[in-house]
Amino acid sequence: MTTIEAPRTPTRPAPKRGVNWEKWGWIYMRVSGVVLLVLIFTHLFANLMVGDGVKAIDFGFVAGKWAHPFWQWWDVAMLWLALIHGANGMRTIVNDYTNPGTVQKLLKWALLASTVALIVLGTLVVFTFEPCPAGSPAELLPSFCTAV
Amino acid sequence: MPETSAGTLTAPTKPAKQRPGGTLYRGREGMWSWVLHRITGVAIFFFLLVHILDTALVRVSPEAYNAVIGTYQTPIMGLGEVALVGAIVFHAFNGLRVILVDFWTWATRHQRFLFYLVVALWLVTMLAFVPRHLINVFSH
Repeated sequence: MTTIEAPRTPTRPAPKRGVNWEKWGWIYMRVSGVVLLVLIFTHLFANLMVGDGVKAIDFGFVAGKWAHPFWQWWDVAMLWLALIHGANGMRTIVNDYTNPGTVQKLLKWALLASTVALIVLGTLVVFTFEPCPAGSPAELLPSFCTAV
Repeated sequence: MPETSAGTLTAPTKPAKQRPGGTLYRGREGMWSWVLHRITGVAIFFFLLVHILDTALVRVSPEAYNAVIGTYQTPIMGLGEVALVGAIVFHAFNGLRVILVDFWTWATRHQRFLFYLVVALWLVTMLAFVPRHLINVFSH
């Protein structure tokens, strides 16, 4: 019988009282992972497999999709779930390869700051999107802009 | 060293050196699936950072967005998209494998078989995606 030592012994045991954040992080990775599989596979299919795929993507393509609240919410859900999933995964890697200290703190703050900034930016972009900006040439805009 | 007899020092008994392949995970499918999960995860994370920023250009102007998305339609980036989708598909299927191994004792026992199942499903998915995508990239 081969005994395998525990690869890592936690520096701090899980708190006896209050929220066990590591446990909820672990659960989040699994739940968001399954949801992201559906969201991203559909995203890739709609954008790369249907019609001319990547060649068809331009401003008008995005405007056409975001004319429907369905795709707006789809993309915002992907943004939040994927970026938090990715940042938490990067946090695990930082924990694995750095020792507690200034560098580790700095890396984790960089992850947190970039995640918050990009989530705010991305959410604002989706919900304040202007499909028919004034002064833009009509051939760059979706067809419904000229119909008005 | 307490056990010395007649002036000779007995060497302390060291545990036999373990071969990496001798354990359940190290050097085997379990380890490589973990390595690939990590590498694909980091790659996807950094692409995501870029992808949010390039998509944000729709809020700047149609010209700015079309300029940057035009670079995604070049042959070199087309091949990059094959690598990106390959990384995403592996990470997705292996993630499901991780969940099954965590929650289902049958899957824990058969994690090695499940790794090859992930590889097979990855191959099938990529066979469906790659020709279609490359035709889009290299035609017109």
